[in-house]
Amino acid sequence: MPAVSLTVNGKPVRVEVEPRTLLVQLLRDNLRLTGTHVGCDTSQCGACVVHVDGKAVKSCTMLAVQAEGADVLTIEGLAPGDALHPMQEAFRQNHGLQCGYCTPGMIMTAVDIVRRKGFDLDDRTIREELDGNLCRCTGYHNIVKSIAAGARAMAPDAPMPQAAE
Amino acid sequence: MSATGLGASVRRKEDFRFVTGRGQYTDDIARPGQARAVFVRSPHAHATINRVGTSAAAAMPGVLAVLTGAEFAADKLGSLICGWMVHSKDGSPMKMAPHPALVAGKVCYAGEPVAVVIAESLAQARDAAEKVAVDYGALPAVVDPAMAQSADAPQIHEIATRNTIFEWHLGDAQATETALRGARHVTRLDLRNNRLAPNAVEPRAAIAEYDAGTDGFTLWNTTQNPHVARLVLSAFVGVAPEHKLRVIAPDVGGGFGSKIFIYPEEVICLWAAKKVRRPVKWVADRTEAFLADAHGRDHVTHAEMGFDAKGKIIGLRVKTIANLGGYMSTFSSSIPTYLYATLLSGQYAIPSIYCEVDAVYTNTVPVDAYRGAGRPEATYVVERLIEVAAREMGIDPAELRRRNFIKAFPHQTPVIMTYDCGDYGASLDKALELAGYKSFSERKREASRRGKLRGIGLSTYIEACGIAPSQAVGSLGAGVGLWESAEVRVNPTGTVEVLTGCHSHGQGHETTFAQFVAERLGIPIENVAIVHGDTDKVQFGMGTYGSRSGAVGMSAVAKALDKVEAKAKKVAAHLLEASEADIVFKDGKFTVTGTDKSAAFGEVALNAYIAHKFSGSELEPGLKEGAFYDPTNFTFPAGCHVCEVEVDPEIGETRIVSWTAVDDFGVVVNPMIVEGQVHGGIAQGVGQALMERAVYDETGQLVNGSLSDYVLPRAEDLPPLVVDTTVTPCPSNPLGIKGCGEAGAIASPAAVMNAITDAIGTEDLAMPATPQAVWAALQRTTRRAAAE
Repeated sequence: MPAVSLTVNGKPVRVEVEPRTLLVQLLRDNLRLTGTHVGCDTSQCGACVVHVDGKAVKSCTMLAVQAEGADVLTIEGLAPGDALHPMQEAFRQNHGLQCGYCTPGMIMTAVDIVRRKGFDLDDRTIREELDGNLCRCTGYHNIVKSIAAGARAMAPDAPMPQAAE
Repeated sequence: MSATGLGASVRRKEDFRFVTGRGQYTDDIARPGQARAVFVRSPHAHATINRVGTSAAAAMPGVLAVLTGAEFAADKLGSLICGWMVHSKDGSPMKMAPHPALVAGKVCYAGEPVAVVIAESLAQARDAAEKVAVDYGALPAVVDPAMAQSADAPQIHEIATRNTIFEWHLGDAQATETALRGARHVTRLDLRNNRLAPNAVEPRAAIAEYDAGTDGFTLWNTTQNPHVARLVLSAFVGVAPEHKLRVIAPDVGGGFGSKIFIYPEEVICLWAAKKVRRPVKWVADRTEAFLADAHGRDHVTHAEMGFDAKGKIIGLRVKTIANLGGYMSTFSSSIPTYLYATLLSGQYAIPSIYCEVDAVYTNTVPVDAYRGAGRPEATYVVERLIEVAAREMGIDPAELRRRNFIKAFPHQTPVIMTYDCGDYGASLDKALELAGYKSFSERKREASRRGKLRGIGLSTYIEACGIAPSQAVGSLGAGVGLWESAEVRVNPTGTVEVLTGCHSHGQGHETTFAQFVAERLGIPIENVAIVHGDTDKVQFGMGTYGSRSGAVGMSAVAKALDKVEAKAKKVAAHLLEASEADIVFKDGKFTVTGTDKSAAFGEVALNAYIAHKFSGSELEPGLKEGAFYDPTNFTFPAGCHVCEVEVDPEIGETRIVSWTAVDDFGVVVNPMIVEGQVHGGIAQGVGQALMERAVYDETGQLVNGSLSDYVLPRAEDLPPLVVDTTVTPCPSNPLGIKGCGEAGAIASPAAVMNAITDAIGTEDLAMPATPQAVWAALQRTTRRAAAE
């Protein structure tokens, strides 16, 4: 079996995988990072979005061996320890999730939207940019709200977050 | 109102684990030594199984077992069942065909499991499944419910002549006929309620484990009701005895009804786990979810509504053919009957109603409850009829509704239900105000200048939730009681665990139930933990569906808390050396009335356990109480949704430009969560109205069985939603709660279709109103206009 070496959430790992193994399978099955979810088999749902070398990627569309040498960030690595990334906190504050299954992919996508589009996101931009992520619970209303709030909180000049309610 | 009590938008306790990827869904669980199951599914919709060749598959690397329907039959396990008996007009019982979890003789829908491969890894199981050689004898199929009863349709099950499961009716045929004959105006519609694939984003999954040492089974399962699953798996299928089967529903990623039912796959995993003596895990991929999850809706309906000269409804007659698919799923018979026809009175005083429902088998995956379950179908019939009637009679649709609203409560409809309370005028008025109904014509003119057709549509819906009391549903054929249980365990340190038979799969019970308990006991919300979804922890419960958890489940908690308080008062009396009658409990403190002597809740809890202040003959130690709560009536959430659309006549595309919802859910525990439920329901209803339809071709192939082909609403398809409430507290449960989980999906399809038909000026449009369908409807109208 070929081996693949990569960095996941800041830690170097080396894993032997069958050539057909997908990146999401490596993360979930080999590394037991089960926060990245699988919701479909046609790359439509976006539940499996992670960052590969700083960019959002559907980890079901990439073979594990293609991640050789890559720097992969999953939902588990977005914030250190028990801290929350501003985007995670924004989803919590704005009820941007219900069953939670699409949430890790939504949050990883949201952080990537901010990277590409900046900290001041309007409703229309967010909705367009969420084209690759499906949620069946929220009707997107509070996800859009969460992402706008999370983006503002990620700005370098954003005020320090208030204590959680 | 306290910051965490009833009525506060408390941030959810469960969210930390979900936003950090620490949730634990069934697929996230890996049992030591687990093997993987892959099902061999029929490519035919209707075929005999002549032979299943397993030797090539069994010889593949890593394969532990290849099991077929013949072996399943040899083990004499029971059939999957439908748990709600419905009788035909002639008194004969519904024709429930046997439904083995693994078939041997014949398949009845494409995707039906015919064999299972258990292997060391998923990849090995998949590879081997491709080597299972099944010799099928293809048979003609029928998929369209409107065709299922025709003489030339193939008969699917021996028991059901002309594929008819039952011919049921409700109401007064003669009175309705008389009313319609004497009506000044009759509006007639032919409607299709399109077939939907539920598509919770988490696919179904199961892990079954057998412990030979204890002869016990554990099943981790994506289920909305673990106790009902255990009951059916033990009492009917007989795969394991009830007391030796633990069912755990861990975090569940959405259900919308599709995870209520007991499916073949969990039966097979349990059965196979004992055979191979290894934990057996199965996870559906999305294709399997399309093929094998119960679908929703699929009604064909003809409906007539008659009005007198004043525009008052005097009669409603409905004939529906409901597709139940290839087998009767767990609650399928109740959906197009007692959850459908009983709501046909809508929010209106209608003196006579008659409804006939034929339920039919077809060569499609079973159809059962999907968000709203029968009530969206009823609302679609009633709300399309009244809107079209208003247009035909030249009356403002809001005014026609108002003229017919029920205004006095309780109100007995002609179709079983007794509405307990409501104020339909209030929710209509508030919705029209928020939606700017009066200024719509200005917006229409402005849109017209941009070449767009703008339309507005209303839906004043009603639903029946908290399906109970048990005695009543039992008389209607339910095989189970629909009460709920709760247990409140107060620990010696004063922290509290609350066990509920409800199950949360997105609803936020860990927060809302804790809000209620914390406020009631006067303790911090952090000190309350809600326990659910495990048959070893919670003794029994009916699960979560039908918007029942607040109204029924939380009421059970209320009842248990009453008992806890009564017992704690006894403990406090001993502790404070006072008479029990003098103890008052308020804000987390037990006080001797008229004195400053008091003890905090935690102090009393500790004393209940150390038991130093009373003798065992006076009082039992401990502080733990349970309750079963059976409501006195259904609850009746109702409201008004207003949808505004713009249609591009060039390409037929519809854009929803605004949405206003005003719902009466009775008392609201957590407004943030309730609004979220409404948002999600609206999105699913918009999906039904604009884009979703599970399409089977005439041979029974599901032609759009993937998310590339079956369109779900995305963020761009929806506008920001304006959601508000009015409140009439429900008199049928102690908390005044009505339920909110399904309202959005119930109200919204009719609102969208009323808006589009208003925009394009023709009623000749079926769901889903895709750009193609809207464009074609516009062309037909133009052609008709030209011909006239």
